[in-house]
Amino acid sequence: MSEQPLLFTQRPPGAISLLKNGIFGENPVFRLALSLCPAVAVTTTVANGIMLGVAVLLVQVLSSVTVALTRRWIHPRVRIPVYTIIIAVWVSAIDMVLAGFFPLLYAQVGLYVKLIVAFAIIISRLEVFASRMPLIPTFWDGLGMGLGFLFALMAIGTFREVLGNGTLLGFRIVPEKPLLFFALPAGGFFSIALLMAFFNVLERRMSGGKNVAPSTGGSHGQAA
Amino acid sequence: MAKPRSLVLAGTAALALCFAIGLALAAAAGRPAAPHAPSSVITRARVLAPDHVRLTVAAPVADLRPSNFRVTDERAPDVPMDIAAVETLPGGAILLTVADRLDPAAGYRISILSPAGTREAKPAPWALLFTVVISSALINNFVFTRYLGLCIFFGVSKKRDTSVGMGFTFAAVMLLSAAISWGLYTFVMRPLELKFLQVIVFIGVVAFIVQALDTILRKTHASLHQRFGVYLVLITTNCIILAVPLLNAQAESGAGESLALALGSGAGFALALFLMSCARERLELARVPAAFQGLPIAFALAGLFALAFMGFSGLTFLR
Repeated sequence: MSEQPLLFTQRPPGAISLLKNGIFGENPVFRLALSLCPAVAVTTTVANGIMLGVAVLLVQVLSSVTVALTRRWIHPRVRIPVYTIIIAVWVSAIDMVLAGFFPLLYAQVGLYVKLIVAFAIIISRLEVFASRMPLIPTFWDGLGMGLGFLFALMAIGTFREVLGNGTLLGFRIVPEKPLLFFALPAGGFFSIALLMAFFNVLERRMSGGKNVAPSTGGSHGQAA
Repeated sequence: MAKPRSLVLAGTAALALCFAIGLALAAAAGRPAAPHAPSSVITRARVLAPDHVRLTVAAPVADLRPSNFRVTDERAPDVPMDIAAVETLPGGAILLTVADRLDPAAGYRISILSPAGTREAKPAPWALLFTVVISSALINNFVFTRYLGLCIFFGVSKKRDTSVGMGFTFAAVMLLSAAISWGLYTFVMRPLELKFLQVIVFIGVVAFIVQALDTILRKTHASLHQRFGVYLVLITTNCIILAVPLLNAQAESGAGESLALALGSGAGFALALFLMSCARERLELARVPAAFQGLPIAFALAGLFALAFMGFSGLTFLR
């Protein structure tokens, strides 16, 4: 990943490159292979994907900004527990808002909204980015990562809803249920496999046929 | 080599201890059996998990039509439930098949109209626990049907012995955190109306246990710590550990069910890790298309396992 050194440059990068980095270069799901659980679990329909994606986006931006504002007072030795508490506070807030305003959707994805607190992507962005950079770039980085996550969930959700249910956002676009398989748990794993392979091919094409390291999932160390 | 053996022994002992504590708690929390009228013609009634009730009768019952029997839920005593079939079993017992699913946590009253007799029945506690353990380990396997813990699942399932170690560590931490969270939820958060804090409290409990285990193991069992320390750190940010207390809180489960869920899902996760690591060791030798190398093929493999685990969804037992 050519974008990797960008995190360690002295001057914080611009907003556009940070957004692009989050959506394509370091897409949380397809490239970093972090936070995969919700990516399979809630993507049987696009609406569920959007709901969780927006929740993650909000939590990521809010906790990134909180950490960027308060990092001066966070002792490095207790930073992980403090980050966890910050995330947990924002997750609880978002959880209550969603439960209050979208009860029907929430009934389906409620457990996963609560589990955002354990998503590796959020804490790893806090550790890698928000704890070292000033407020403005942190905001854009959080937004980029959140959008990248939202985009990934929507892509998988669209794929699975159209193929598995014949609908898109609840509207029927294919006469009958074409391939129920993709709506089943097993189909979720296969959809991700196919989409990841597709992104690998795309990446290779864009880098001009050069051999790019595939997303091996070697980034699990970051989960800690 | 003595090291791995003592390791396994220590792990088994820890699990056994957790389980014993769980059983003791469950026994303490179990409700006493309902008293019954001594003149009743039914001498025993057992709810067999999904939709069957078995009656042992003192005298043979001639009228075996469903209308001769009445099953009511203890929470709605005036609404009789539909009875789909009545059969006699060898030995004179009667098996009622109820049209709806029976809730294993509820109590039921079963009556025969002629000869008149009534008996209250509750599912046997061990049957309930067994149901929870099996269903969370196989039917609702956390990895293959609920998609939890995937990061760790794909991260450590490359080698078989790492995955076994990970499975043990996870099961132990899950049991411990489920027990502590259950206690906090039942005795502190519910009486004080602090349920909205559950996310913060439960992640705190998990982080605390992981940190405590890490410190204790480093001081007392350095060799254990050397092998399992890495996994311990990974556990804090893992959804599978946090999901157990959250699910328990959602269902307002009792102590026994909470621990059974933790045990079952821990065992299910360990099983999934072990299966996957065996398959991935084979995958090393396979020629995989370039685009599918690494994670994509692992996902496809998990999809195949998930397909196989769907076979468990029709699993019924305790007939």
